[in-house]
Amino acid sequence: MSTVTDTSILAGRQGPSGRLSDFFWRNPKILLLLMLTPPLLWLGIIYLGSLFALLLQSFFSIDDFSGLINYEFTLATYRQLLIPSNFDIILRTVVMAVLVTLASAVIAFPIAYYAARYAKGKWKVVFYLGVMLPLWSSYLVKIYAWKLILAKEGILTWLFAKLHLLWLLDAWLSLPVVGGSSLSISYTGTFIVFIYVWMPFMILPIQASLERVPGNLIEASADLGGTPAQTFRFVLFPLALPGIIAGSIFTFSLTLGDYIIPQIIGSSRLFIGQAVYAQQGTAGNIPLAAAFSVVPIVIMGLYLWMAKRQGAFDAL
Amino acid sequence: MTAVLFQQVSRHFGAVRAVDSVDLAIAEGEFFAMLGPSGSGKTTCLRLMAGFEQPTSGHIEIFGETAEGVPPYRRNVNTVFQDYALFPHLSILENVAYGLMVKGVDKAERLKAAEDALAMVKLPGYGTRRPGQLSGGQRQRVALARALVNRPRVLLLDEPLGALDLKLREQMQEELKSLQKSLGITFVFVTHDQGEALSMADRIAVFSDGRIQQLGTPEEVYKRPQTRFVADFVGSSNVLPPDFVEHLGFGKHYASLRPEDIGLGEGPGRKSFSGRVTAASFLGAANRVTVEANGARVAAMLPAAVAVPAQGEMVTLSFLPQDLHTMDGAQ
Repeated sequence: MSTVTDTSILAGRQGPSGRLSDFFWRNPKILLLLMLTPPLLWLGIIYLGSLFALLLQSFFSIDDFSGLINYEFTLATYRQLLIPSNFDIILRTVVMAVLVTLASAVIAFPIAYYAARYAKGKWKVVFYLGVMLPLWSSYLVKIYAWKLILAKEGILTWLFAKLHLLWLLDAWLSLPVVGGSSLSISYTGTFIVFIYVWMPFMILPIQASLERVPGNLIEASADLGGTPAQTFRFVLFPLALPGIIAGSIFTFSLTLGDYIIPQIIGSSRLFIGQAVYAQQGTAGNIPLAAAFSVVPIVIMGLYLWMAKRQGAFDAL
Repeated sequence: MTAVLFQQVSRHFGAVRAVDSVDLAIAEGEFFAMLGPSGSGKTTCLRLMAGFEQPTSGHIEIFGETAEGVPPYRRNVNTVFQDYALFPHLSILENVAYGLMVKGVDKAERLKAAEDALAMVKLPGYGTRRPGQLSGGQRQRVALARALVNRPRVLLLDEPLGALDLKLREQMQEELKSLQKSLGITFVFVTHDQGEALSMADRIAVFSDGRIQQLGTPEEVYKRPQTRFVADFVGSSNVLPPDFVEHLGFGKHYASLRPEDIGLGEGPGRKSFSGRVTAASFLGAANRVTVEANGARVAAMLPAAVAVPAQGEMVTLSFLPQDLHTMDGAQ
């Protein structure tokens, strides 16, 4: 009884920490300010600042003779993006990013659906481990592993041979554009590895959005006469769309910017990321590198704007 | 014609017998209530009718046609869900028109029908809103319109009034009842609220532990409960132990006696017993007095005009012999 006081107002805690608690309780906005300042400074100066510096660089040009940067405002660098050899790089990258995003969404949806709707307890853990585990190992190791898998002497060719389907693989590789002398040096190989590496970034947002769809909406659709296909089209897909868009932002922008996968697996033709790498490194053309890096930002901006106009975020 | 027929229907989930050998026949145009506490199997029965569950064994017919193995989207039966299950990404009008849309009714026609359905549930002009912008009572009406616009042969309602406040619930009870009368559609209504079941239904099935305890008109179920469970659950009747009943001269059976059938004092032709008042509470229109007599606790509902006996006082209570109903078995 002696430790419990009879007063209705307890004495304040002693010491600086007690006074600090009281102070923050009376001035919650100061606490908020203190907590937000460091991350906002980081975001504002280091993140957005460097982005802004990049944007600025892209409006300069390089002197062809001296190789020095000419600090005068010009759109000449952007014009350079439109010459066929550079524009091909942009087109190639965007087409690859679109295909990778679509294929990832198609593959990820059933997996995410299973995890959200059916996986319980232990199986949920297995799902998360299965999706996340590849993220724990080194990106480079995974890509080199794929190089071995896709190589002419690799396990995939061996498997096709065992299944007597080598003719199918050869027919595919003899196709223009997607083919090549082996999977590991074809666009098909680049495509497969992109999908593999970005898959978790597509599965997890879709799973999160499907998790929020109450099961009785699916029952309600069936009750009102909707076949499973109609239920998917009119209920499930629209409600999962914000998750699919979120996932596609990852797969799309990561593919637009990556320079390692196409370097190791694929033909020797450049992607945007490789062009940026080459321009700012060996070529020393920082303005052109900057202009190249602005391209994915603009494309992503357009993509999000269109998604919003199409009502993709209405279910949020 | 029989709208819904259950023959020895069971639905087991592992070792749990959610529905256990249920037989019932719901007539066309009937307002049928399935009453019981949570976990009694009433909702599973409803889901078996809707097609969300398939029976483990037994036979189900809807208007004479076999229903086992028929998916929900091929049944001309619609459900009003407990939490309404409105599609959050669609407008109210699109929600109501959904059933017609998936059946391929053309746009102008289905929107017209949806407007009419909204008018029927007294929500005209709400079509452009989203479910999130409506109150619970309004959402309930939209769910009703969404089901009825399909002109189902049977309408299933799963505790549709559970989330509404008392005033609104009473109003909706009357509206549902008159809607059912004017449309002539068979309504199957699941509830745990015995007052709701008694006031709305033509017939009631009282569920407990996956079985039907009693099936009858509200009056039968209320006045002549056949088991102790029904007596206790429907209107909290007094369940009198066999010794007490024998003492009053009715034979050694359990018996039920309604609190409102018990009066203070003796009278000609009335059976009486005396006991000590253990509790008394004022309910507005009446006083509820609990008496301990011969080891049994008996509640009596006395008119407010009668002076309330004090706690601890010995009183004599009496009732008409025909109001006491003996029950078979020890259940």
